[in-house]
Amino acid sequence: MSMIQIENVSKWYGDFQVLTDCSTHVTEGEVVVVCGPSGSGKSTLIRCVNGLEAIQQGRIVVNGTALADPTTNLSKLRAHVGMVFQNFELFPHMSVTDNLTIAQIKVLGRSTAEALARGLAMLDRVGLKAQASKFPGALSGGQQQRVAIARALAMDPICMLFDEPTSALDPEMVNEVLDVMVELATEGMTMMCVTHEMGFARKVADRVIFMDHGRIVEDASKDDFFGTPRAERAQLFLSKILQH
Amino acid sequence: MSYNWNWDIFLSPTPSGESTYLGWLLDGLQWTLTLSLGAWIMALVLGIGLGVLRTVPNRLLAGSAAAYVEVFRNVPLLVQLFIWYFVLPELLPTTLGDALKQTDPLAQQFFAALLCLGCFTAARVCEQVRAGIASLPRGQRNAGLALGLTLPQTYRYVLLPMALRLILPPLTSEFLNVFKNSAVASTIGLIELSRQSQQLVDYTAQAYEAFIAVTVLYVLINVLVMFGMRLLERRTRVPGYIGSK
Ligand SMILES: Nc1ncnc2c1ncn2[C@@H]1O[C@H](COP(=O)(O)OP(=O)(O)O)[C@@H](O)[C@H]1O
Ligand SMILES: [Mg+2]
Repeated sequence: MSMIQIENVSKWYGDFQVLTDCSTHVTEGEVVVVCGPSGSGKSTLIRCVNGLEAIQQGRIVVNGTALADPTTNLSKLRAHVGMVFQNFELFPHMSVTDNLTIAQIKVLGRSTAEALARGLAMLDRVGLKAQASKFPGALSGGQQQRVAIARALAMDPICMLFDEPTSALDPEMVNEVLDVMVELATEGMTMMCVTHEMGFARKVADRVIFMDHGRIVEDASKDDFFGTPRAERAQLFLSKILQH
Repeated sequence: MSYNWNWDIFLSPTPSGESTYLGWLLDGLQWTLTLSLGAWIMALVLGIGLGVLRTVPNRLLAGSAAAYVEVFRNVPLLVQLFIWYFVLPELLPTTLGDALKQTDPLAQQFFAALLCLGCFTAARVCEQVRAGIASLPRGQRNAGLALGLTLPQTYRYVLLPMALRLILPPLTSEFLNVFKNSAVASTIGLIELSRQSQQLVDYTAQAYEAFIAVTVLYVLINVLVMFGMRLLERRTRVPGYIGSK
């Protein structure tokens, strides 16, 4: 079953076209990696998936719900689409515990005890149970990102969106976050990940999408993508990335 | 020139005999405090609301809030007071306006000054709130929304708590300004602290004592407000947050 359907999506910021006729889909349990040069529209595309950005053309359907449908309750839909950001975006004035529980309580209507139990279980899962009472400012980048993942997981997401979750991290912290993501992927979580971590892609991706200038120029199975990327830009990009 | 210092003047009875001159000053102080605190609460509520509107993704709402700020920040405070006090009752429907003019003159003065100071200060608070929200990382709003919070919930739980913390120092100076600006109410006859000291001079000719006393009272208000706001800053400080020094 298709979890995320993106059909002929185009988007403009004023006169500037960020996305041009993008189409792809993510089926249930699939892990799709999105890569491409900076400014190619990856973040914009992924933000369109949960309606954080509006699109001017095309159609996006998540779990059978069309985003543009006037009867769609976007907040309700987003509650079950986890999102992880490049800059973590934990709420700095709340303890880790409050970060984990606020949306469960205010959005899902869970009791404080219920939310706390679920939040702490997810925190344990990312290996940070001991940090529950700390504030985000007291954590390392890698720890903050893992808390952010736990926060999204506590909402029982049907799929997860990642926007360059490791690009803001010091190199020694990249793996602790990737490990959590790999574990999620192997457990069958549906994931759409913007990332340049090709090791991660090789390990768990089912498909790889390559974007350039707002277009999806390559959308291939992992083996095809790493074996014989057809688009010239993708080849060039890969050769640059893999040199590192 | 010799000046007859007479600090006992404050304990002397006033001509009507009902009070002492110190009683007058404290009476004025009470009006200054009531007016300023009332106006400040009004300014906070209205200013935070307007500040939020200035940042919402809706042109009409954001534009209306911007227009409010332009009007109330750029028309001199004195002119605004005269409009509230003299012009507004004439603009109201005749019956309402007449009813207003029948009420206690003191109440008229007080409420005109309260509305004037409150609306004026709200425009200034609004700009601080807008700047505070704008200084937060853009991703914070998206993070709130992505968790399923509605836009109002995102403001309530995510954006405003941080923005208000960031703008506490400028809010302190706006708060202090309210007390200073409240003296403008004397121009429509409200006998607040500054007007009361003027009156004291008129009656006793002990100008130095009167102005020293009133200065001390204003300074005392300042010190108390600053102390209170510092305390608030300390109690709401976010552990480890880099942006807040
Ligand atoms: N809010 C915005 N307003 C105008 N232009 C934007 C905005 N956000 C992104 N852009 C532009 O859209 C293009 C794609 O941005 P983005 O999706 O962030 O790319 P990527 O994530 O692939 O680096 C860039 O050229 C960027 O400058
Ligand atoms: Mg990006």
